[in-house]
Amino acid sequence: MKRLLALGLSGLALAAAAPALAQDVTITNARLVIGDGSEPIEGGTVVVKGGSVVYAGPAGGAGSAVTGGGTAVDAGGAWVTPGLFATVTTLGLADVSAVGESNDITANGSPFSAALDASSSINPTSQHILVHRAAGITRAATSTLPAGSIFAGQGAIIDLDGDTKPVMQARAFQMIALGEGGAQRAGGSRVAAHVLLRAALREAQALVGKVGTPQTTEIGKDDEVLLSRFDAEALVPVVTGQQKLYIAVERAADIRAVLALKAEYPKLNIVLVGATEGWLVANEIAAAGIPVIANGLIDLPETFEQLGATQSNAGRLAQAGVKVAINAATLQDPRRLQQVAGNLVALNRVPGAAGMAWGKAFAAISSVPADISGMGGKAGVLKAGALGDVVLWDGDPLEVGSVPTKVFIGGIEQSLDNHQSRLRERYRDLDESDLPKAYDW
Amino acid sequence: MFADKTMRARSGAFAMLVSALALAATATFAPAVADAKERDKDRKKGKDEEVSAPAFAATKAGDPVFASTYKPFPNIATAIRGATVFDGKGNRIDNGVVFMSGGKIVSVGGPDTPIPADIAVFDGTGKFITPGIIDIHSHLGDYPSPGVDAHSDGNEATSPTTPEVWAEHSVWPQDPGFSRALANGGVTALQILPGSANLMGGRSVTLKNVPARTTQQMKFPGAPYGFKMACGENPKRVYGSRGRMPSTRMGNIAVNRETWLGAIDYANNEDAKRDLAKETLVGVLKGEILVHNHCYRADEMALVMDMAKEMGYRVSAFHHAVEAYKIGDLLRENDVCSAIWADWYGFKMESYDGILENAAFLQREGACVVIHSDDQNDIQRLNQEAAKARAAGLRMGIDISEGTAIQWITYNAAKAMGIEQMTGSLEEGKMADVVLWNGNPLSVYSRPEKVWVDGALLFDANDPKRRPVSDFELGQPGEGDVK
Repeated sequence: MKRLLALGLSGLALAAAAPALAQDVTITNARLVIGDGSEPIEGGTVVVKGGSVVYAGPAGGAGSAVTGGGTAVDAGGAWVTPGLFATVTTLGLADVSAVGESNDITANGSPFSAALDASSSINPTSQHILVHRAAGITRAATSTLPAGSIFAGQGAIIDLDGDTKPVMQARAFQMIALGEGGAQRAGGSRVAAHVLLRAALREAQALVGKVGTPQTTEIGKDDEVLLSRFDAEALVPVVTGQQKLYIAVERAADIRAVLALKAEYPKLNIVLVGATEGWLVANEIAAAGIPVIANGLIDLPETFEQLGATQSNAGRLAQAGVKVAINAATLQDPRRLQQVAGNLVALNRVPGAAGMAWGKAFAAISSVPADISGMGGKAGVLKAGALGDVVLWDGDPLEVGSVPTKVFIGGIEQSLDNHQSRLRERYRDLDESDLPKAYDW
Repeated sequence: MFADKTMRARSGAFAMLVSALALAATATFAPAVADAKERDKDRKKGKDEEVSAPAFAATKAGDPVFASTYKPFPNIATAIRGATVFDGKGNRIDNGVVFMSGGKIVSVGGPDTPIPADIAVFDGTGKFITPGIIDIHSHLGDYPSPGVDAHSDGNEATSPTTPEVWAEHSVWPQDPGFSRALANGGVTALQILPGSANLMGGRSVTLKNVPARTTQQMKFPGAPYGFKMACGENPKRVYGSRGRMPSTRMGNIAVNRETWLGAIDYANNEDAKRDLAKETLVGVLKGEILVHNHCYRADEMALVMDMAKEMGYRVSAFHHAVEAYKIGDLLRENDVCSAIWADWYGFKMESYDGILENAAFLQREGACVVIHSDDQNDIQRLNQEAAKARAAGLRMGIDISEGTAIQWITYNAAKAMGIEQMTGSLEEGKMADVVLWNGNPLSVYSRPEKVWVDGALLFDANDPKRRPVSDFELGQPGEGDVK
């Protein structure tokens, strides 16, 4: 169910639309997680009306009296949290990543790069969406990945309710690769990537304020035009700061180069992605006020730009005052976000390591990535006015093996079924004494 | 986002390095040439003197080569008491005692287990003890970090069958991944396999997870060799794309069968010229080398088990057996282990039917379960992967004890690798490969606090200097950091 419509070229304007089928739900007796970094509340209550949260807090708290019927759920002391927000995913863009025909994540043969718009091709009934919904993820930032260019294209914010309109916000961010990944795609060096980026930004700058299809190209009349008109146009909201710019870098020096870029183009709305060596420049990142979608547990020098890798990266960044979310892109699957967050908590008991308190670790996979995605106060958090995304769990949501027992998205209870659950039911035994397994469905 | 080491895409220019290596090769070759000349002289002399032994001879086939030079590091007799002990064979002892001395487990038992007066005793209250964790499927060293082209040594992807290659000749002992597996994962032994580009990828090697200058210093003494085979998509894609056989699954099986028939002929021919590839295959036919077969789909595993019967060998374990749950009965009857992930699915066609309940459904059928990593990150959290797989079973009403989940990453792995007489469980006389965890190892919140290999303390979370730092990491950002 789509509750938010993206309007305008930049897709940044949000307008609330009334949900058609949202239930009113009151959940009581919860071990309640708000998602804002605070620690769980025992005996909490969540009230969802018209698809939105109207109250979440202690049972007798101010505002809890708004309960107005609807479905009553006694959580029986179970954990109740906001839906998880997975950021930097490819959810909805591929059925099987290694099956090229099913994969819309990269487009090596396309003449376009920055203009690529993930929102055009999200499959809301992708098994990955259904599987991850059953894992408690209710919203995600999803994006194509860079292939023939440093520009990955424009990512979208999606919901995982599987209805006909998965896109909440189209063109929410542009993503680019610098560092080794960018160097490779820019012709072979970091140096080339930086020139390409600046040239592209300059071309986009030349188009600011221009509307409609131009009669002639206004850009680079006497120079080589590096970007197609469509790609350059797509970067206009980036240079004006209306659209976020996710920059994937790992090495400390590459991060510093991004901070320098911000000084050069102050309007850029930059988010760092990856940032394996972020801890080495944590204070500078904090001072620049740039948030980080950090690799959670990468601790090996898998490349020369990750020599300083440590699981303490996220914790050290947070200690320095950086806003840190966990990057789903380096995980086997985004459903491992909860495991990563749990591991960050575990680090608190490892001498010399920097982890996160439980509430902060949970926020790093809920409210913080939502906030970075422009969904602050709407997603990843249970507060009055937030989307009615509520998950009930069969255990501590950051503990390995815990899974949701109920998932609400925008106040609507979701099916937790998918290809995997159907296989699970079919093979709960191997009995074929009457008929083959093909008849067991 | 998916490992399954078919081929790793690598980039980077390294022409200069290649020429440097060529020079090095020439330099090392020169003395060999000189040696040959010397021997040539001897040979002529020999002829005159009617000596029948050949003047040129390699070590006889079957004699140990590249032999293990592993030596346990010094240990001090140590006991831990008051901890919860998972013995690796499914049992749990509360308030237990583990006593090790001389590099061996001396005793394991309840609170009354006697501890000599003059030894180091740790209070394990609130902590847990397991055998050292064992990863049956790793590419540490043959696909090391940093994962640059120059380090891509896991697939000899130049022929669909390369039984002649040995993974140990690709292992770089300075891979920082070994230390992470030790410190964060409590891994004390691991099998390094060739990749899965080939139907027959070559011999694996089993290592003790100890920092070393040479691979021989890591080789697990007495461990049998493994033999890596691969079903399905990878071999047919890699060779089919080059216009050569196999390009289909039927081609996969056909090439395998032809190759086995050749090996059988070789084995029956006493006059055959030495052939490294066939020596490995004959080792498998004799049961001395254990088959580890990468195979995702249930139907293909069934075909491989029949092929093994036809040719007279057995499969020790199917690796990446994502669909093993569909044939748990067959796997039990054939006594083949399934080495699997807890939650990987959907990254390639043959992984499309991956489910969280795979391990639990196999356990329900009484089939052998091993949780493996195939990944330099997951090897650091095999305990958590086992916990996930167990939890999925509990939700289905399948009673799996915590001790059984630990068995999946200790004793069962050891058994499928043929080292279960030496390690994999906490039993008297076995190697003192032991992990002390700061909490229940099946919880995400727990980490290894101390790790002993053959009784030698090689990791201590409380002692920053008791943490291995590979040569590669010296002088780099974060040298010696907590990782």
